[in-house]
Amino acid sequence: MEFLSWIEITLRVLTQFAPVWVALIVTFIVSIKYKRKLGLYGKLFDSSIGMIGFAIVMFWVFTGTFAGLFDMIMTHDPLSQVSGMKNKVPGIPLRGAEDGDYAYYLLGGDNLARDVFSRMVAGSTIVIVIAPLATMFAFMVGITLGLPAGYFGGRLDIGLSFLANLILAFPVILLFYLLVTPEIRMTGLPQYMAVVLFSFPLIFSTVLINSRFYIVPQQRNLFLAVTLVILGMLYISLINEEGSKITLFNAIDMFDVDAGLLTVFVSVVFVNSPTVFRIVRGLAMDIKTRDYVAAAQTRGEGPWYIMLWEILPNARGPLIVDFCLRIGYTTILLGTLGFFGLGLAPEDPNWGATINEGRKLLSIYPHPALVPSIALLSLVLGLNLLADGLREESLKD
Amino acid sequence: MGLFILKRFGVMVMTALCLTFIVFFLTNLYPNLEKLAKSEGNFRMSDEEVASYLGNNGYLRPLPVKYGEWLGVWPGYVITGSDGKTRARCATIDIPVDQAPTFCGVLQGDWGFSNVFKDEVSSIVGTRLGLTGKLMFWVMVLMIPSALIVGVLAGMKEGSKLDRSLSSFAITTTATPEYVSGVILITVFASSAFGLKWFKGTATQAADAATFENFFLPVLTIALYGMGYIARMTRASMAEVMTAQYIRTARLKGVSFRNVVMKHALRNALIAPFTVIMLQFPWLLNGVVIVETLFNYKGVGWTLVAAAGNNDIELLLGISVVSVMVVLITQLISDIGYVYLNPRISVN
Repeated sequence: MEFLSWIEITLRVLTQFAPVWVALIVTFIVSIKYKRKLGLYGKLFDSSIGMIGFAIVMFWVFTGTFAGLFDMIMTHDPLSQVSGMKNKVPGIPLRGAEDGDYAYYLLGGDNLARDVFSRMVAGSTIVIVIAPLATMFAFMVGITLGLPAGYFGGRLDIGLSFLANLILAFPVILLFYLLVTPEIRMTGLPQYMAVVLFSFPLIFSTVLINSRFYIVPQQRNLFLAVTLVILGMLYISLINEEGSKITLFNAIDMFDVDAGLLTVFVSVVFVNSPTVFRIVRGLAMDIKTRDYVAAAQTRGEGPWYIMLWEILPNARGPLIVDFCLRIGYTTILLGTLGFFGLGLAPEDPNWGATINEGRKLLSIYPHPALVPSIALLSLVLGLNLLADGLREESLKD
Repeated sequence: MGLFILKRFGVMVMTALCLTFIVFFLTNLYPNLEKLAKSEGNFRMSDEEVASYLGNNGYLRPLPVKYGEWLGVWPGYVITGSDGKTRARCATIDIPVDQAPTFCGVLQGDWGFSNVFKDEVSSIVGTRLGLTGKLMFWVMVLMIPSALIVGVLAGMKEGSKLDRSLSSFAITTTATPEYVSGVILITVFASSAFGLKWFKGTATQAADAATFENFFLPVLTIALYGMGYIARMTRASMAEVMTAQYIRTARLKGVSFRNVVMKHALRNALIAPFTVIMLQFPWLLNGVVIVETLFNYKGVGWTLVAAAGNNDIELLLGISVVSVMVVLITQLISDIGYVYLNPRISVN
């Protein structure tokens, strides 16, 4: 078998991504056709920067989804090693390939003779699941605490702001090293933090529903019951794990999250929330002086109704933009954790860990580190461009 | 102004106390201590042996007491251990137990002893801080002027071709974390794969003799990530100033564009970036840790990773204090500088 030339490698990689291209084209055709009916999302297709960013982001979203759910795109198993393929250059034919095996390592082999291309694709699944989810939790925490701090002000504001500044003054890597070690995990500290941090979505939705529907108790009770049962089950399943510090609810525990993953998740949320808090607080302080807030106060609405149903919707523009940027930042943080070998299992194909492994032989075999580096760079760049496009379009109103 | 600085200073001291207490708490959790006992004694110690070792060395007393001792405001322990030996916190090889001073902590300049590097924490932190200082100095020399130039050039004519290309450059650098740009730069400029080999992929020698060849890549890697953000802030601030009334007046008076930018716009446009540069320090510290690990440059960041990886509690505490203080002091300077530079903000 011959080595593949660079043109052949490019063509084969592009073909390998075929399902993603199809999905991308369909998304764009549908979105552009109905863009006038789609609000802010539709307006995104008026700005070229926003469209490029959106395309890159969706490329990774589709790649991660197809690879994670249907095992598509990947040419080999990201964890299996093939003897004789160690540190081999891109385009090398697979040694001892049988029928049904993909005959090449498209982007070469890494230092444990695994396929670099498949590992990169598998890594995207982890990022597109964890980064948005962790950002969402950080937003829940930031919003639930930032709104009252900005709206009420006073001692509450001083106390919460001091706490937020405290966390912000911590060098992130030091915090990671202190939180994400096996020793700390044994004490159950990350799990206790999860108990606190993951309760915010519960609090948020309870207050959200109650402040709006408390005048119609029947309707409120129904809504509250449904949300609380669903979220509560998820909450309990998340924090409860057999054989750890929290085993109170073993009977109704639906799924277990890998302890390393949970720790990573908690620390990323913890690091991100204070910044979100500061943004929301600033927005709340600005918006609470508007006339419609005064009108709501005159109508006799409660403070939580005003915060969640008057202030929050009017702060959505900057928050959506920041959400995109923050997913990018979270991606960088996840990569940092992987780079220092913290949290997830060492053979896990996440991009940061792959870069970390590849850097040891960087000056001789750069490809194992370069491929995930470029993947991570493109995703974060896409998110930044998307945020820029959204900002431009939302300012046009 | 004096009161303002005093107040900010008070908040800073309180934050420093809280943060060091948190670090102290996290590093003194029992599993960490157990690991310490086993690495100091031997790895096959039983649970009782671990407990008696920790008890003899004063690790098993209440946390606030230990923190007070470490800080130097609580008298150091004198314990007669289960083996009949008397140990004191402030005793060293040269100072016997009965002559040991009462207080020995950070405030007295006694930062403890690193059990990995076998040296005083204060001297390790001192040397390493000097090395990181050298790195940061060159980062600043490279980053600040280029970021300001990029930002001012992009912001003086919003929407122009120059603006678009410089802004794309700035966005790309902010989207590239150090461990990515470092890998790409080493691959392109230092690896045999591309064959350029202009620079060295490691900066170990730069600690003693920094040359352009072995020091430029780490400096560039840190500078690039911080640069994009400062450039974007400068651009926004410059673009805002350029639409101000007094700039239009100056233009209508017939002042040349060059002079408007240099003499009228620049001073006001640089207020915002000043704060941003100062607030960038926590992020730069992150970058320093990553880059020092990647390029094997043995500064504070590298030592932090080594201390954390080897459970070197005293050293880790020392480095935490230093990094927290750096962040807090730059925040203080940025607050004061902002008030000083911007006459529209009153302190009260």
